[in-house]
Amino acid sequence: MLIFERSHPGRRNAAQAPHYAAAVSGPSTVLRTGIPAALLREDQPLLPEASEMDVVRHYTSLSQKNFSIDTHFYPLGSCTMKYNPRACNTLAMLPNFLARHPLAPESTGQGLLACLHDLQEILKDVTGMAGVSLMPMAGAQGEFAGIAMMRAYHDARGDTARSEIIVPDAAHGTNPATAVMCGYTVKEIPTDANGDVNLDALRAAVGPQTAGLMLTNPSTLGVFERQIQAIQKIVHDAGGLLYYDGANLNAILGKVKPGDMGFDVIHMNLHKTFSTPHGGGGPGAGAVGVAERLLPFLPLPVVAKEPPSPQPSPGGRGSQNTYRYLTEADLPQSIGHLSAFTGNIGVLLRAYVYARMLGAEGMHRVAEFATLNANYLMAELHKAGFAVAFPQRRASHEFIISVKPIKDATGISAMDVAKRLLDKGYHPPTTYFPMLVPECLLIEPTETESKETLDGFVTALKEIRDEAYATPELVKGAPHTMPVRRLDDVKAARELDLAWHGRTTG
Amino acid sequence: MPFIPHTEHDIQAMLASIGATNIDALFDEIPAALRNGKLNTTGDGLNEMQVARLMRERAAQDAQPLNFIGAGAYEHHIPAAVWEIATRGEFYTAYTPYQAEASQGTLQVLYEYQTMMASLTGMDASNASLYDGASGLAEAILMAVRAHKSSRRVLLPATVSPFYRSVAQSIVKLQGIELIDIPFDIATGTADIKALQQHAGSNIAALVIPQPNFFGALEDVGALTDWAHAQGALAIALVNPLALALLKAPGNWGAKGADIAVGDGQPLGAPLSSGGPYFGFMCCKQALVRQMPGRIIGRTVDLDGKPGFTLTLQAREQHIRRAKATSNICSNQGLMATAATIHMALLGADGLRRAAAASHANTQALAVQAGGVQGVKRLFGGAHFHEIVLHLPKSSAAVLSGMAGQGVLGGHDLQPHYPQLGNAILVCATETKTPEDLQRYVAALRHALQ
Repeated sequence: MLIFERSHPGRRNAAQAPHYAAAVSGPSTVLRTGIPAALLREDQPLLPEASEMDVVRHYTSLSQKNFSIDTHFYPLGSCTMKYNPRACNTLAMLPNFLARHPLAPESTGQGLLACLHDLQEILKDVTGMAGVSLMPMAGAQGEFAGIAMMRAYHDARGDTARSEIIVPDAAHGTNPATAVMCGYTVKEIPTDANGDVNLDALRAAVGPQTAGLMLTNPSTLGVFERQIQAIQKIVHDAGGLLYYDGANLNAILGKVKPGDMGFDVIHMNLHKTFSTPHGGGGPGAGAVGVAERLLPFLPLPVVAKEPPSPQPSPGGRGSQNTYRYLTEADLPQSIGHLSAFTGNIGVLLRAYVYARMLGAEGMHRVAEFATLNANYLMAELHKAGFAVAFPQRRASHEFIISVKPIKDATGISAMDVAKRLLDKGYHPPTTYFPMLVPECLLIEPTETESKETLDGFVTALKEIRDEAYATPELVKGAPHTMPVRRLDDVKAARELDLAWHGRTTG
Repeated sequence: MPFIPHTEHDIQAMLASIGATNIDALFDEIPAALRNGKLNTTGDGLNEMQVARLMRERAAQDAQPLNFIGAGAYEHHIPAAVWEIATRGEFYTAYTPYQAEASQGTLQVLYEYQTMMASLTGMDASNASLYDGASGLAEAILMAVRAHKSSRRVLLPATVSPFYRSVAQSIVKLQGIELIDIPFDIATGTADIKALQQHAGSNIAALVIPQPNFFGALEDVGALTDWAHAQGALAIALVNPLALALLKAPGNWGAKGADIAVGDGQPLGAPLSSGGPYFGFMCCKQALVRQMPGRIIGRTVDLDGKPGFTLTLQAREQHIRRAKATSNICSNQGLMATAATIHMALLGADGLRRAAAASHANTQALAVQAGGVQGVKRLFGGAHFHEIVLHLPKSSAAVLSGMAGQGVLGGHDLQPHYPQLGNAILVCATETKTPEDLQRYVAALRHALQ
């Protein structure tokens, strides 16, 4: 039932609604404002009339229809669904942080700015980059910032013939989409059978038209790109720049720095590696890091730490401030602002609390135990007879199995396995991505899961395989225990129903 | 080990299964020269008690002055239930609802959100959120250019927030889109219709129409929408969603209504939070749905014919369409949209209207009271929503600084954005302000002007 169907005309939440101010309340329902009638709304927007308890019950019961990290193992490949520590939420929501207006003087936000500055420094340290901007609001916006900086760099040098971004075929869809948003064309290069980039194809692809290469390392195939040094040389020799897609940074945190691999610009998904919640789709944060030569182009603002100056600066800026936001005046070549104010500050505070709780040792452990869990799960599934995509390779923090042998024998697909996992109490892995491996499951257990959880997951997959042979209809009809069975996606797209218009849902 | 459950026994058993001697061996495919980069500045880990103390000390450094700044982020009362529910682990720690059967909670909330936003804006459809209002405006401009097909020129009045104009420029310029400035009428603070007329007959993809505009002034949205349509351009409504509880919905502007409505959803349940997270919303007419960026939820039925919700029209998106996608957006601001849905459900149409009307009334009252201070004069006397512009007899930066010293944030300095206005500030008094707060404002202003 929709909230609108719980609505009762005339029901109000007096406790939450402000009183009408004397200046606008009138004897009738007509508001007396100074606003001309032609600009006023005549109709009533379709919002529910429900009590506070109606609303609380409705959304609490809806929440219970979700799988989440707090309720289920969620081994979604490429998404790093690790535990989101509660302290991060509590401390990011301290009242003074929540109440501060983004345009309030910097003197009223020194505590916040200290946190942001510290976080910039930590991210520089773990990535080996020369500078960091925390401003992009998601991974895809971080990618945009990164490629826009590449373009600004080439343009600033008068090197304007570079029109092409190279992307491996295993890349996330955001990579080619980002290149196009930045005004580039996309050239795709193939991956070798062992999971590494095809170097011959890369050599053939680069040239004076190459602006750069976007690379995820470890790749979406769950393996570390072993030829990274050769790749770096090929791209740089051609005059291009190297972009690091940080979606899989969790795999190498504290172990290898993208800066040491030769990357010029990177983005980090703080909602993956730094454990901020996914919130049912966002908000995330896509901080970017750059090598020395790209520093002038960082998106604004960046937080700077300066010794308090004895001389008050013009414009009334307090001389007591240790931290301040850098502006266009400081970074005239910046690619500019990407949000109205200062990005997803609340997410950044959560990442900061998490980073401080980990410390240097904890950073190493993230990669170590994410990798241990992935390799253990891969070994156990391999021993159990599942088709591992790259059995001769180490898994990074994730790996792929293919359901194709099972599908060939029983007709049960990766989709069927995924849906049946729901009945067994597990959120399925990523399915059908990357597209290079047929009927694939991309599995990322993360470091926060215990051995017994992984063992339970192996047992569930073995049971489903048995069911595929013994009772395939059971698997094909799954899920059986969710609030709904499989949904008609074709109907959803053909007979668009994107908003309620007063029809009942039955 | 923080957030890692492994016992020594677990580790040994797992390594034995893998056939590795130690954890370090699992990294043996990484070239040795690149491995184990030392962390230099990160420092030792803190336990929860230590980090809590650190954060509380930092938060305590940040004062909570009495705030009269708006300029795109507005202080409103948020019912306690909103974030109590939105931070339930089932919403807070769920992923994007790709597995629909295990995500009906998030999906239904977002379908309800789309319904509420489409209704508030008077449009046919809403997406499930964008990052913020400014980047949302950039996406609306890109969408309008895609839909228009023959023009890459968009009219962007100077009455649109300078922050938004700056972001739009950062994003759309890389695709060769030209943003054309439309000056404002210095008497009314609204778009200069004569300046607009100079573009009549030229091939324009879209006109952006802010309501209220950055000065809080109300534009003649009907005339502007009709003008855009007469030019064959799309009308992009840039709106404050709370104001729409009171003001005419973009879908009803002019003869045919605006084509796209976009804005920042912050006034609907998002705390000020020093700038974010907020969320962008975008709504449009049915004919443009397939040009819309971002995730969209649809209602459908399951195998048994039972209603359910799922992500739909994914063929627009980057994970399917890659280089040909409508946008690169993937993560959105789902949790903020969830909070907004609960916020709107709790307040209802009447509660939102009260909040909007009380904000309007408080700002009107402040305009009268501040206008009584010697040398202070109100600019742009026409109809406003909940922000006004005051002209000061002294340096605006110095006056604001003086007020801040008294614990009052007196407004946003317009001098850097609009030097032609002189010592002008933008002031906002939402429903959170009491008559005593307004008196405190006036007293602080008077003192700062001495």
